[in-house]
Amino acid sequence: MDLKEKLVTSFLAFENRVDVDSPVHDIRNEALKTFENTGFPSKKEEAWKYTSLNSVLKHDYSVFPKQENALEYKDIKKYFIHDIDTYKIIFIDGKYSSHLSQVTHDGIDVCLMSSALNKDKYKPVIENYFNKIATKDSLASLNTAFSNEGAYIYIPKNKAVEKPIQIIHFSTGNESAVLLQPRNLIVVEENSHVQIIERHQSLTDNPVLTNSVTEIFANKRAIVDYYKVQNDNQNASLIDHTFVEQKEQTNCFVHTFSFGGKLTRNNLNFYQNGEHMDSTMKGITIIGDKQHVDHNTLVHHIEPNCESHQDYKGIFADSSTGVFNGKVIVEKEAQKTNAFQANNNILLSDKAAINTKPQLEIFADDVKCSHGCTIGQLDESALFYMKQRGIPEKEARALLMFAFSNNVLDSVKIPELKQRITKLIANKLGVNIGFDL
Amino acid sequence: MLQIKDLHASVEDKSILKGINLEVKAGEVHAIMGPNGSGKSTLASVIAGKEEYEVEKGEIILEGEDLEELAAEERAHKGIFLSFQYPVEIPGVSVTNFMKTAINETRKAKGLEDMPAKDMLKMIREKSELLEIDRKFLSRSLNEGFSGGEKKRNEIFQMAMLEPKLAILDETDSGLDIDALRIVANGVNKLKSKDNAVVVITHYQRLLDHIVPDFVHVLYNGRIVKSGGKELAHELEEKGYDWIKEEVDA
Ligand SMILES: Nc1ncnc2c1ncn2[C@@H]1O[C@H](COP(=O)(O)OP(=O)(O)OP(=O)(O)O)[C@@H](O)[C@H]1O
Ligand SMILES: [Mg+2]
Repeated sequence: MDLKEKLVTSFLAFENRVDVDSPVHDIRNEALKTFENTGFPSKKEEAWKYTSLNSVLKHDYSVFPKQENALEYKDIKKYFIHDIDTYKIIFIDGKYSSHLSQVTHDGIDVCLMSSALNKDKYKPVIENYFNKIATKDSLASLNTAFSNEGAYIYIPKNKAVEKPIQIIHFSTGNESAVLLQPRNLIVVEENSHVQIIERHQSLTDNPVLTNSVTEIFANKRAIVDYYKVQNDNQNASLIDHTFVEQKEQTNCFVHTFSFGGKLTRNNLNFYQNGEHMDSTMKGITIIGDKQHVDHNTLVHHIEPNCESHQDYKGIFADSSTGVFNGKVIVEKEAQKTNAFQANNNILLSDKAAINTKPQLEIFADDVKCSHGCTIGQLDESALFYMKQRGIPEKEARALLMFAFSNNVLDSVKIPELKQRITKLIANKLGVNIGFDL
Repeated sequence: MLQIKDLHASVEDKSILKGINLEVKAGEVHAIMGPNGSGKSTLASVIAGKEEYEVEKGEIILEGEDLEELAAEERAHKGIFLSFQYPVEIPGVSVTNFMKTAINETRKAKGLEDMPAKDMLKMIREKSELLEIDRKFLSRSLNEGFSGGEKKRNEIFQMAMLEPKLAILDETDSGLDIDALRIVANGVNKLKSKDNAVVVITHYQRLLDHIVPDFVHVLYNGRIVKSGGKELAHELEEKGYDWIKEEVDA
C-alpha cells in the first residue's frame, strides 16, 4: 500500500478520535477529498519542479503515534532557548507533553489546538479563522484533513506578550518511521505583539516526515515575529506551510534558519489585506551533503501603501541543492507598493546547485519593485587577503560566509536566539570563532 | 632575514619571475622599482604565499627556514606582512573585528591565549592614533567604500597592529595625498627597528624621501637587473628606465 492509500484508509481510524459532528470536521472531509483527488505533488508541477518528494515518500510511515513517549528535559535542553523565560508548547511524536510545556490562559491563550477545537469557548475564533487562509493544494489539504493537534495561540487586543513562545516538536524514533502533521493557529488582535520560535527536532536516525500548517492572523497594528529554526538531522524532512494574513499597519516578520534536515520545503505566503503594513521574510540556508532546502514564497499586495522585504541567503556545500522561488503579486489597487526581494547564494562545490526564480506580477503602475539574485563562489582574493593577515583558511572561509549572511541576523529581536543562531552557524561552518561582526 | 635565491615563478604557464636573487638583512630598508608589469607585485605575492603562483625553481628563506611548504597564513604567523597594492574589500567584517581575529589567530598559532579585550582596545587606540585614523572608521566594513588613500592608510594600520618582521609595502604611496604620505611614512618609520626589515615597492622617489632605503633594486622582465644605493632612485626619477632596458637588452 502506498502512502497515499494508507493515509486515506487511516482517515476512518482518525475519525474515531475526533468530534465528527463539528463544522471543522466538514472542512477535514472536504480536504481529504482534495488530497485523494490530487495525491502528492510531482516534479511535473511547476511549483515542485526542483524538489522531488520521491525519496521521502518511500518510507512506511506510521501515521498516528502508538504510544506516549517521555523525554527528560535535561536530555533535550539544548534544543530550547533556555536562558530566558518562555512559554512552551512541546510535542513528542505528535503528542502534547504537559511535562515539558508551559502554557497559559492568563490574559492570553497559549495552548493546544486539540482543546481549542473541542471547547465551545474557542468556537468563534475557530469559526473565524480556522483554514481561512491555508491553500487548498494537496499537502496543505492533507494536513487539514488530519488536523487536530498543534499550537493554538490567541492574543487579545493591546497585549505585548513579554515572553517568547517556543513551539517544539520532538520525534523519538520509537517507531521505524513517523509522519507528523502539526496544525497551528495564531491570532493576534489589535495592537498586540508576539514572538514565536518554532523548531522540529528528531532525536534518532529513523525517518521523520513533518507536514506542517500554520495560519497566522495579524489584526490592526499587530506585530508578529516568527522564527523558524531548522537544524534537524539527516533523516528528517519538513514540508512547512505558513500563511500570514495582515491587516492595516501591521508588521510581520518570518525568519527561517535552515541548517539541516534531509529535505526542507518552506511554503511561506503573505496576504496583505489593508494599508500601511510591512512584511519581512528573511532566511539563511547553510547546508551540505545531499541536503535540499526549497523556499517558496508569495507576497500578495492587495491594497496601497505597503511594503514587503525578502532577503534570503544560501550557502551550499558538497552535493546540496537549494531552490528559491519568490513570487510577488501587486494588484492594480496596490499603488505605492514597495516590494524588495533579494536572494544571494554561494556555491562551495561544483556539485552544489541552486535554482532561483523571482516571479513578479505587477498590475499597478506606481510601484517600486526590485529583485536581485546572485550566485557566486567565495572571493579568492578576499581569502588570500585574510590568510595574509594570519587567519587560517577554514576560519577565513567561515568569516566570509558569516559576513555574507550576517545582515539577516540583524533583525532577530531576541538576543538569546540571535546568539544561538550565531553558534549554530559557527558549528555548521566548523569553526570556533566568536563572531561578533 | 630574507634570502631569495634564483626564484622562478609562473602563473597559468606564463613565466613571470625569471631568476630573482635578493638578500634583506634585519634593520634594512630595500626599495624595489621597475616598469609596470615587470613582476614586482608578483614577487610580493609569491613571498606571501599566494597559491595561484607556481614556484618553479629557487628558494625563499626566512630566518633560515625555507618557506616553500608553508601556507600564506603560516607565513603571516612567521612575521611576513604584505601591504596590498589593491587592498580587498570585505563587506560585513569590521576593521576592528578583522584585526581581533587576525591577532588572535596569530597568537593561537604561537600557542598563546587570546589577547585580553582591554589590551586589544588599548593597542587599537594607540595604533589608530599613530596613523591618525578616526575611530569611527574602525567599525566600518573592511575596505568597503574606502577611498584609495584610506585603504592604504588602513594597510599600514594593520601592519602596526601585527608588528611584522618583514613588511612588504606594494605601492603604498599610490593614492595618498601629501599629508597622508607623510603620516603613513612616519608610521612605518616608527615601526622600524634593527630587528625587522621593510621592502618598499614604488614608482616614485617621493616615498623614498620619507622612508629612506639602504638599497634600491630595479626589477625588469622578471629579474633584478640593477641594484644600488638610494641615489639609484634619484637617477631613475631623472632618466626613466630606457637606459636600463637598453643595457639589459644589449
Ligand atoms: N594572476 C595572473 N594571471 C595572469 N597574468 C598575471 C597574473 N598576475 C600577474 N600577471 C602578469 O604578470 C606580469 C607582472 O605583473 P605584476 O603585477 O607583478 O607587475 P608589477 O611589476 O607589479 O606592475 P605594476 O607596476 O603595474 O604594479 C604582468 O604582465 C601581469 O599581467
Ligand atoms: Mg604591482
